Amino acid sequence: MALPALAVRPRAGTDQRLMQGALLLAAAFLAVFLALPLGWLLVRAFQDADGAFVGLANFAAYVTTPSLAVSAWNSLWVASLTTALVVPLAFCFAYALTRSRIPGKPVFRAVMLLPVLAPSLLPALALIYLFGNQGMLRDLLLGHSIYGPIGIVIAQVFYCFPHAALILSVALAGADGRLYEAAAALKAGRGRMFTTITLPSATYGLVSASVVVFTLVVTDFGIPKVIGGQFPVLATEVYKQVVGQQNFNMGAVVGIVLLLPAIAAFMLERWAQGRQAGVLSGRSVPYEPKPRLARDLPLLLLCLGVAAALLAVVGTAAWGSFIRFWPYNLAFTWANYDFGRFDSAGWDSLLLSARFAGLTALCGTAIVFLVAYVLERGVKTGALPPLVRFAATMPLAVPGLVLGLSYILFFNEPSNPLGFLYGTLAILVLNSLVHFYTVCHLTAVTAIRQLDPEFESASASLKVPVWITFWRVTLPICLPAILEIFVYLFVNAMTTVSAVIFLYGPDTKPASIAVVHMDEAGQSSAAAAMACTILAVNVALKLVHVGMGGAIDRWTQGWRRR
Amino acid sequence: MLDLLAAKEPGPVYLTVERVTKKFGTFAALHEVSLTIGEGEFVSFLGPSGCGKTTLLRAIAGLDPATTGRITQAGRDITALPPSERDFGIVFQSYALFPNLTVTENIGYGLRGPDWPRDKARARVAELIATVGLEEHAKKYPSQLSGGQQQRVALARALANRPGLLLLDEPLSALDAIVRQRLRTEIRAVQKALGVTTIMVTHDQEEALSISDRIVVMSQGRIEQIGTPEEVYRTPASAFVASFVGRAGSFEATVEPEGMLRAGNMSIGSDAVASLTPGAAARAFIRPEDVKLGAEAEAYPGAFMAIVGGIEFLGPFCRVHLLVEGVTLEADVPSEKMRALHLDSTARVLVAVPANRVMAYPHV
Repeated sequence: MALPALAVRPRAGTDQRLMQGALLLAAAFLAVFLALPLGWLLVRAFQDADGAFVGLANFAAYVTTPSLAVSAWNSLWVASLTTALVVPLAFCFAYALTRSRIPGKPVFRAVMLLPVLAPSLLPALALIYLFGNQGMLRDLLLGHSIYGPIGIVIAQVFYCFPHAALILSVALAGADGRLYEAAAALKAGRGRMFTTITLPSATYGLVSASVVVFTLVVTDFGIPKVIGGQFPVLATEVYKQVVGQQNFNMGAVVGIVLLLPAIAAFMLERWAQGRQAGVLSGRSVPYEPKPRLARDLPLLLLCLGVAAALLAVVGTAAWGSFIRFWPYNLAFTWANYDFGRFDSAGWDSLLLSARFAGLTALCGTAIVFLVAYVLERGVKTGALPPLVRFAATMPLAVPGLVLGLSYILFFNEPSNPLGFLYGTLAILVLNSLVHFYTVCHLTAVTAIRQLDPEFESASASLKVPVWITFWRVTLPICLPAILEIFVYLFVNAMTTVSAVIFLYGPDTKPASIAVVHMDEAGQSSAAAAMACTILAVNVALKLVHVGMGGAIDRWTQGWRRR
Repeated sequence: MLDLLAAKEPGPVYLTVERVTKKFGTFAALHEVSLTIGEGEFVSFLGPSGCGKTTLLRAIAGLDPATTGRITQAGRDITALPPSERDFGIVFQSYALFPNLTVTENIGYGLRGPDWPRDKARARVAELIATVGLEEHAKKYPSQLSGGQQQRVALARALANRPGLLLLDEPLSALDAIVRQRLRTEIRAVQKALGVTTIMVTHDQEEALSISDRIVVMSQGRIEQIGTPEEVYRTPASAFVASFVGRAGSFEATVEPEGMLRAGNMSIGSDAVASLTPGAAARAFIRPEDVKLGAEAEAYPGAFMAIVGGIEFLGPFCRVHLLVEGVTLEADVPSEKMRALHLDSTARVLVAVPANRVMAYPHV
């Protein structure tokens, strides 16, 4: 028995080689379209216009330029104020949806999502209609101007509300009814139950919602552009530096400054996530609220108020888009939808947007799902999987504006062999895909983790190649999540401004950018009209998604019925 | 006695495992494990959780290849092969049935390619469905089946393309006790009918004893003993096997000359002492059914008095807890004999244990 203990070199099967290859491709993709551009942004911040290393000179110039320092401060307090307004409001709204017996919950849920489907500029345009220089309700501002921090904060509240409400309603949805029964048995009052059970279980949701809102506000470009007036914030400043003054190095510096709050927020969320203990165990009993007028009536009134405000904003923009000359001639007209009169691209920009969003959704869904699958079910050893996993969660911390900026710096660099992408539709698609990557990745991972981890082993033992099992089992089971990802990518690509504002070319101007341009040119009715068409396309897709949901479920999810 | 202990004549060697070690990082889940399995044999890997039994099964399947060592199946070195190039069917603890495919589709999942033209595959699936008795459920999805039915589907799927080796990873652990007993006899019947070499991983010693040709008892990544169920139960190779397989009262004792063990003031004869050094510390095990009480004990030399500490009624027999000089023993007495003994708590009773039934191992 003097057999030497030779190390076994397991021979990889076709399946494993395939998975390994896909993982390499994923790593290469995220390296070229995420890590390298961001790295280049970092490099450019330490260079002068000619590419010579200048150390911290750009940062020193930044700190000593009063307008830039002011814009950072402005971004900070506007974002803080918005967060302080949105999160409590969204918490109450989410509480009403999950912990009360108010009627019409599905309607409130649908209305809540409306702002997500519209570009962020839409609430800003509506506010201008209402409170602008020719606004019908401008007297309500008591002489203050809507153009500036007031307008930005109000518009941001509308824009960010659904994001916060969505996160909080998920956080509040999973409640263990037994905890409340135990508390009641121990004679705890309602206030005590709220502070000892409800709030602790929603802590992570609250932190997460605050972080998301804060980051959205700091990095949003559309709203301050349209309604900010002379009020400088970081997002508009970086645009001015790069597009206005062609000062790419200073743009890179502002980009890095923009990255800081986002990364801090990202870390904070990670920290909160780590502290959040599992609330629901397999043996939890779902919490069923009982009707109680003292709680339900105020919550219903609040929901009605919020829904009315959301509808009013969207409705005002829609109404304004059909008005001949606001507010003097309120006659109905289709003229504002004759986009050719305002912008040379006319309706083509909407078609382009639809193509751009469609491509982003199509390629993005395929890439995201495959990468998530390979990460979850492929070889887990080696340095590559954790690196790709980290890269997949990184885009969440990178504001669209910063990503767009790093793309323009990286792909516009004369020595970059990928430079031919610059100004094409492809770069818009790639950039948006990376920008919205993380949420999709997490959705895909969650869906894949619900599958038995032995499916691939079982199919290998049956000598069935992994791609057949992927096609016959994994894909059909995950189809709802896949559609979810598709719609998410499409909707976001349709509405995004900040990521693509640096990247569109003369032939590739999306509708959301056309909205900005028409507003800049003073044609706010046409801008509102274009924003409404974007909203209409997204609403239509969402309706198709919901309508199709039933059919898809019958087709692929029949096995779930007992 | 002898023919009870004698191993059944095993078939020609089908699977050999030679000095297989499996490391996860620095943790060694298997230490130089070696064993051989004969063709058509039903072998169980038995041990507590974390003993390496599933790791060994997965090394044989190629799902987690061995770090060092060699595994050959039917004369072929399979150590480094990917699972898809090996010849086995497997039933997972979770069954890993494809939830969106029907029973028929699940069983026929691996029946594809040139070896399985459509008609042949269909006939094979029908045959398998009949074998496991699921004719009425052929069109159902796994979630519409009971746990026992799902288990049968998993078994049929694993057997579909006639593998040379069937691997069962805790196949019955998710089922309730009654279904489990019925299914283990079914599995054994199917296995015997097909003559397929089978390895089953289990932590349930009763299950392993009841259906295996041989049992591999494992602990902490090492094999403690390989033997027939009788061998493992009657002549455990180590204190671990004695305590893990079957029920046994145990106590610490000192080895005395002339085949005696001393615990406190109690002395008891033990054949097992022959292999131990006099004066050394030992651990002794006695199975409850080997303890004789009352009139029956009188026939044995070295009988001693004990106090009854308590009596449990367990249906066909009673378990009597005995206190002897600070040592606790258990005795299983058939219920009808109990009546003749007239025992109650705190009664004194004569106790004897045949010397060939007192197991003793060096104390560690």
